[in-house]
Amino acid sequence: MAERLSPLARFTPVSADDLRIAEIPFLTQINLRVDPKSRAAADIGVALGAPLPTEPGTCTSADADVLWMGPDEWLVVGARGHDLEATIRAAAGTAHVGITDVSAQRTVVAVDGPRSRDLLAHGCALDLHPRVFGPGRCAQTMLARAQVVLAAREDDGFRVFVRSSFAGYLADWLLDAAAEYLPEGTVTSR
Amino acid sequence: MLLIPCPWCGPRDEAEFHYGGQAHVAYPENPAALSDEEWARYLFFRDNPKGRFAERWNHTAGCRRWFNAVRNTATNEIEAGEVTA
Repeated sequence: MAERLSPLARFTPVSADDLRIAEIPFLTQINLRVDPKSRAAADIGVALGAPLPTEPGTCTSADADVLWMGPDEWLVVGARGHDLEATIRAAAGTAHVGITDVSAQRTVVAVDGPRSRDLLAHGCALDLHPRVFGPGRCAQTMLARAQVVLAAREDDGFRVFVRSSFAGYLADWLLDAAAEYLPEGTVTSR
Repeated sequence: MLLIPCPWCGPRDEAEFHYGGQAHVAYPENPAALSDEEWARYLFFRDNPKGRFAERWNHTAGCRRWFNAVRNTATNEIEAGEVTA
């Protein structure tokens, strides 16, 4: 079987006391489009363990993470190999619902640690203060001119969803921006 | 840089948006009946006021939804965006 390489397979994870950067490859990602007021939306919410979040910029976590992408659009994220598509399809039945596997579209970079907000703020215009962008918030925005989906998690952790073709650039940028938060010699060029 | 209020995502940088020109320009009911001049007027002629101007924006780097906003062309002040179908 052919070897499967993630977009950041050559990226060496960075780990320091205040900041950790690593790729989480091959997560299952499903783009879901459905009328939020429909019966199908409620059924899918039940199947995923939590109602689809309807407040802009929020996400829920149960069997899978569900990120708000638009008024009738969500990104459902599960573990590698998790057959979310089948779960959602079964719940949706024959209703008018768009279900697309977009797992290969983006890879995920985990940015964790007390310095994560400072690091992301180098290239992101959003207010990332925990009061505004705490756990459970997500946003589609630009990070260092690359389109990303940001999701805030507990303990100053972030998941940065970036398109596969931009991942190498963004990882390089993150390493460069992180230099001041890492002990000397931590960052080795790829 | 303009700070544009997306009705879904809240205020965001102008760089996240795509401009859609003047809002409320209706498609002709019977395009085939128009003369060339009328068609050209529909296609290319837009208002150019000094002051309040209703225009369309698409939040391309965010929720990817179209909306209308009123911008004052003299001061660049933008009134809250309005959701369009």
